[in-house]
Amino acid sequence: MERSLARIGGKLFGVAPLARKLVSDAISAVDDFMTERLGEEFNARLARVPTNLTSSGVDAFGMDPEWTKYALASAALLHRNYFRTEVRGAEHVPSGRALLIANHSGQIPIDGALIGAALFMDVEPPRFIRAMVEKWSQTLPFVSVFFSRVGQVVGVPENAKRLLEADEILLVFPEGARGISKTYDQRYRLTEFGLGFMRLAIETGTPIVPVSVIGGEEQYVNVKNLDLLARLLRMPSFPLLPQLLVPGGALPLPTKYRITFGEPMYFDGDADDDDAVIDEKVQLVRTTIQAMVNRGLRDRKSVFFG
Amino acid sequence: MSGSVGESEVFAVRGSEPGKGTLLVTGACGRLGKGVVRTFHRERPVLGVDRRPFPDRPKDVEHAPVDIRRKKLKDVFRSCNVEAVVHLGVMHDPRASAADHHSWNVAGFQKLLEYIAQFKVPKLVVLSSANVYGPQPDNAQFLPEDAPLLGGARFSEIRDLIEVDMLAQGFFWKHPGTETVILRPVHILGRVRNAASNFLRLPTIPTLMGFDPMIQVIHESDVVGAIRCALEPKARGIFNIAGAEPLPLSRIIRMLKRPSIPIPYTLGKLVLKRLFALHLSSFPTPELDHIRYVCMVDDALARRTLGFEPKLSIEETVLSVDAERFG
Repeated sequence: MERSLARIGGKLFGVAPLARKLVSDAISAVDDFMTERLGEEFNARLARVPTNLTSSGVDAFGMDPEWTKYALASAALLHRNYFRTEVRGAEHVPSGRALLIANHSGQIPIDGALIGAALFMDVEPPRFIRAMVEKWSQTLPFVSVFFSRVGQVVGVPENAKRLLEADEILLVFPEGARGISKTYDQRYRLTEFGLGFMRLAIETGTPIVPVSVIGGEEQYVNVKNLDLLARLLRMPSFPLLPQLLVPGGALPLPTKYRITFGEPMYFDGDADDDDAVIDEKVQLVRTTIQAMVNRGLRDRKSVFFG
Repeated sequence: MSGSVGESEVFAVRGSEPGKGTLLVTGACGRLGKGVVRTFHRERPVLGVDRRPFPDRPKDVEHAPVDIRRKKLKDVFRSCNVEAVVHLGVMHDPRASAADHHSWNVAGFQKLLEYIAQFKVPKLVVLSSANVYGPQPDNAQFLPEDAPLLGGARFSEIRDLIEVDMLAQGFFWKHPGTETVILRPVHILGRVRNAASNFLRLPTIPTLMGFDPMIQVIHESDVVGAIRCALEPKARGIFNIAGAEPLPLSRIIRMLKRPSIPIPYTLGKLVLKRLFALHLSSFPTPELDHIRYVCMVDDALARRTLGFEPKLSIEETVLSVDAERFG
């Protein structure tokens, strides 16, 4: 990455050597800062992550550990210092392929980044999380490269199947956009689940790890979803967030996150079964996660301090 | 679809043992065609069909300077017992008119198929391309053989190629007596003059700012290797063919040690359109999608069924585009 950045810098300013030096200085400063804040442990973990890299240093989907490292470091800083995430049940995450199924919340998908950080910082062996992104993200410059280099793949079933067959770990929010834009009065009530993940799990013989995330629903208080405006702007939702009126309110509130990994669930049967049959199995996962969320809410004493 | 019609009787050629009969190669004077001819002429009689001249052909190779759209092609089939046809004669010239393209690629190929059926040729290998799938933002990372052929949606010049592929598929089902193999290789690199190799030969390689898709390439000699696998008796079906492992476009450029310049997509499209209109560039604008979106294939079927393995490493494959320039 240094070299390509330096190359872009060199082109723009016409002073290639100086720009290259500035960029490499900046990168080593970031590296030092990372080591200082996250400890040598971060680098040691990095070396232990199982990957499927080819000789060019990326995997078949374009994931590059050099890029993923920085993305994970920023997520890990949020994880440790801002949201002070408490992780439970890390021992339940299998060392091979797995589908992480989690509740979705928080208006912006910080929960995905924090689960990714937890998988890297708290699970043994440390893992790079893989998730699926919207197809249209591929048409956006820089975004498409960034997603691809940090291990996010285009959301089509073939890609998910291939990742699982390569023994990667895949995070899915079956609630989709419905889950993330819940209003405050609906907080921690799981919406309907899609069925695709169950077919995938059965087809590839992958254990499902239910994950509950607590803390996300309070980071932005959503009073109401303005559906008409959302449709006009072609956005998935348009939440009304009073805190945006306060200076600095655009930042999520520093709630304390609790991420709990449940015991793996194994399903078998026919991946091409009727929706009704698949839905029964999906409901098992959904009620398990809802129960984990409810238990977590009962146990917590404060939204901000735990 | 491979192997599903394996029960039916395959035509046999009289007078020679299987695998030693005449091999007819269309487009034999192209760079890939020459590679095929040179590979097989010591093992079996080879007959090159191409309207272009073939000055440096090996002595034991016969050359029929025939336009495949003409009746004369029939005489070629009549004059010798053809055991296998390798069809490489697809016109890719971005400057040729659409009518010319169509009559050559589609009408010509139909004629060829007609004679293959009439003279009961036991084997047909058609070189299609992974470009028939087309680069799309919602492509799966590795496209299987049954993925839809959408390459023509934004790039009309590819439509001919898709039609050739479809005609070959139709022939596969209608004429089980001929073992038809359709090969869909990824970007072929080497001394060949195709868009991918020409692009990588540019002194400064333009890229699209903010895009760096994963790319698969294959060396021309590995394509010939795939054709050899396809010529084996019993091989039939559609196969994706890929070379060594995929890598981002930026790493390919880094391997070539050539400067690159990132250009915003909208600007690049505008400029390229102008340059193409002024005959200053040989790349039509839809080619830009190849350096923007992923168009990669799953070659597991070819590895499993044909036993095809690329021999050259990714580095050798990429660096081969310079072979011609530096001797």
